[in-house]
Amino acid sequence: MKKEMICAGFGGQGVLTIGKFIAQAAMQEGKEVSWLPSYGPEMRGGTANVSVVVSDTTIASPIVSQADILVALNQPSLDKFGPNVRPGGLIIINTDMCPHGIKREDVVKINAPMSEIAKELGSLRVLNMLAIGVIIGTTGMVSYETIEEDLESFLQAKNPDLLEQNIAAVKRGIMIGNSK
Amino acid sequence: MSKVLMKGNEAVAEAAIRAGCRLYFAYPITPQSELIEYMAKMMPKVGGTFIQAESEVAAINMVYGAAGAGKRVMTSSSSPGISLKMEGISYCAGAQLPAVIVNVQRGGPGLGDIQPAQADYFQATKGGGHGDYRLIVLAPSTVQEFADMAADALDLAYKYRNPVMILSDGMLGQMMEPVEFRPAKTEEEVQELAKQHENWCICPNEDGVNRHHHEINSLEIDPLVLEKHVNNLFVKYAEIEQHEVRCEEYNINGDNEILCVAFGTASRIVKSAINDLKTEGKSVGLIRPITLWPYPYECVARALHKNVRQVYVFELNKGQMLDDVKIAVAGRCDVKFWGKVGGIIFTPGEIKEKLLECF
Amino acid sequence: METIASRPLSLTKTPFHYCPGCLHGVAHRLIAEAVDENGLRNVMTGIAPVGCSVFAYKFFDFDMAEAAHGRAPAVATGIKRARPEMHVFTYQGDGDLAAIGTAEIIHAANRGEHISVFFVNNAIYGMTGGQMAPTTLPEMKTTTSPYGRKVDDMGHPIRMCELMATLVAPYYIERVSLLSPADIIKAKKAVAKAIKYNKEERGFTFVEIISTCPTNWGIDPIKARDWAKDNMLPFFKPNCFRDRGEGVE
Repeated sequence: MKKEMICAGFGGQGVLTIGKFIAQAAMQEGKEVSWLPSYGPEMRGGTANVSVVVSDTTIASPIVSQADILVALNQPSLDKFGPNVRPGGLIIINTDMCPHGIKREDVVKINAPMSEIAKELGSLRVLNMLAIGVIIGTTGMVSYETIEEDLESFLQAKNPDLLEQNIAAVKRGIMIGNSK
Repeated sequence: MSKVLMKGNEAVAEAAIRAGCRLYFAYPITPQSELIEYMAKMMPKVGGTFIQAESEVAAINMVYGAAGAGKRVMTSSSSPGISLKMEGISYCAGAQLPAVIVNVQRGGPGLGDIQPAQADYFQATKGGGHGDYRLIVLAPSTVQEFADMAADALDLAYKYRNPVMILSDGMLGQMMEPVEFRPAKTEEEVQELAKQHENWCICPNEDGVNRHHHEINSLEIDPLVLEKHVNNLFVKYAEIEQHEVRCEEYNINGDNEILCVAFGTASRIVKSAINDLKTEGKSVGLIRPITLWPYPYECVARALHKNVRQVYVFELNKGQMLDDVKIAVAGRCDVKFWGKVGGIIFTPGEIKEKLLECF
Repeated sequence: METIASRPLSLTKTPFHYCPGCLHGVAHRLIAEAVDENGLRNVMTGIAPVGCSVFAYKFFDFDMAEAAHGRAPAVATGIKRARPEMHVFTYQGDGDLAAIGTAEIIHAANRGEHISVFFVNNAIYGMTGGQMAPTTLPEMKTTTSPYGRKVDDMGHPIRMCELMATLVAPYYIERVSLLSPADIIKAKKAVAKAIKYNKEERGFTFVEIISTCPTNWGIDPIKARDWAKDNMLPFFKPNCFRDRGEGVE
């Protein structure tokens, strides 16, 4: 098994964190992983993106040129990375910020108003956890339990009050993923 | 110890501390800033010294001082900052000081950009600073290897009393991969390491009267004395060349029709292309130099099996390692080069295309 | 027979190579005496600069490091931080400290490194043959200001003590001279105080020593001292700028 994923969005939408949680969980589940961010001044206000590779065997290139999975949290990300998704691959689209969508019929598309749902759940800041939920609900790349465990240990140290909201976001995401 | 997911910049810092590095001096520069930040956070916790120096020039000279005092010390920077350190590196080499310098390379020349590149190969392996000297140069290709090299570099630096450079790049610095750290040295072991060098370094004269007058120095004004000193350095370098060459052989076998040579980040992309071609029944091998100096000339030569009809060098520069490969191949096979610059990393697809042109 | 004067133990037997009339030897001796008097010889390290005193490591009989041009304060920082049990000083000339090494001296002082800096100012580059220094006086002729230092073009001489005194961290800053026996006695006191404060880990200590360069000034040693008294001291006024041990701010 080898999955190559790109998460992209505006700086501040938490795309690097999406990748980090997936990579961390996959590592804990015994997989080889790599997490490669875009970095530099373009991250402020422009698009930030991260490439994550999860594999049963040693990962050679961490550079993803043809993704199995794309998480696009805004239109520029969808425009930039959408064409590079492998035929038969998966594109998770935040329709609130991708008004034009993408014209591809050879991939599976999951359209969800993720910004609105995140706000309903209490904060736009859980958008990334919602996305994680959608990813694992659709692909089963990592298990919910591992994500929950990591989220708990991460937030316990930083901000335990936010745990419930974040868990709810992951669960809601899984529902969206499962329903497609 | 279990694996942790870490950025290369942080992993190399953690590994250096575990290997007994207790002094670190540097100046911020992208894409190595996580390294200096990690050291700023962790050094006080182990009773070590962290100084954000006023410049890379000052940082390398602090390293010169601390190394001269026999303690495990490290500095890091990215390409433009490494240029500034070159004066001090030459002095360290001249004074035979065991320093470790990490270069998280970015695109150049000049200010260049902040994306990954391998354009400091010449600087690292062919001089950089002035004078006849050699740096031991280690080139990691994974975060794990980057971390392991912190300890290896410190060991080599002290074994030979010579500066060692870890030639990494922005990709390895910024990316996260699982790392398993070696056990941390105890405080006693760290103290013991420093004691081993008290026969030459700056240290208290504990016996009392005039036991020693140690000099940390690269100045030999008498040409005959300097000649002897440089010749002695080269005796040491010959020993390093004999014992410390490292490389990885990837898919090397008698069926290889193409032999690739690539190091660091570039080698990982090449490996992906090789794997891909393998599924199509095409045999391509790779020599990945791990020590860029001493260079694994013999490994390259040995890998030239009879079916190899093309040697292909891939680098994220304009062909700086190419000359070394040509020396190794010694005219026995045609050598091609392809690379990308500007901080752009080639993709496995691009490499595959280049290799397919040779079949 | 009673010995009433002898060579300090902290000086090797190597004869000074300095030009006739040069005062580096006097400055070296003052430091060596202070190191001996404070019983620091076994834990002392000096940093030699690039300049006439580049061979200082041959003259001081304790551990020595030779630094790249201007970098002595950074090297001293590295040594002191690596081995806090050692006591460290730098010995630097005006080109080394006030031109190429300006950043290093300012920042070592600003961090309050526990080191002593002995700054020998003779208003000229000696070793390379009499070029203009950052401390060269207005209208003074050197091989690189052959028509005299024109301040509009070449800038004014830099007063390092005054500059250092703008920083919060330094513990002791004093300017002395070696231009007469009385001045040498005063200089000895300043050097001894810096070394004593160094021993006591009080903080950063800085002593500027006004000196001469008969060879490159092109005059004999006696005239050189007179010239320095008349021309350098009015501009580089001997003064204790700070001594926290004595409450001088």
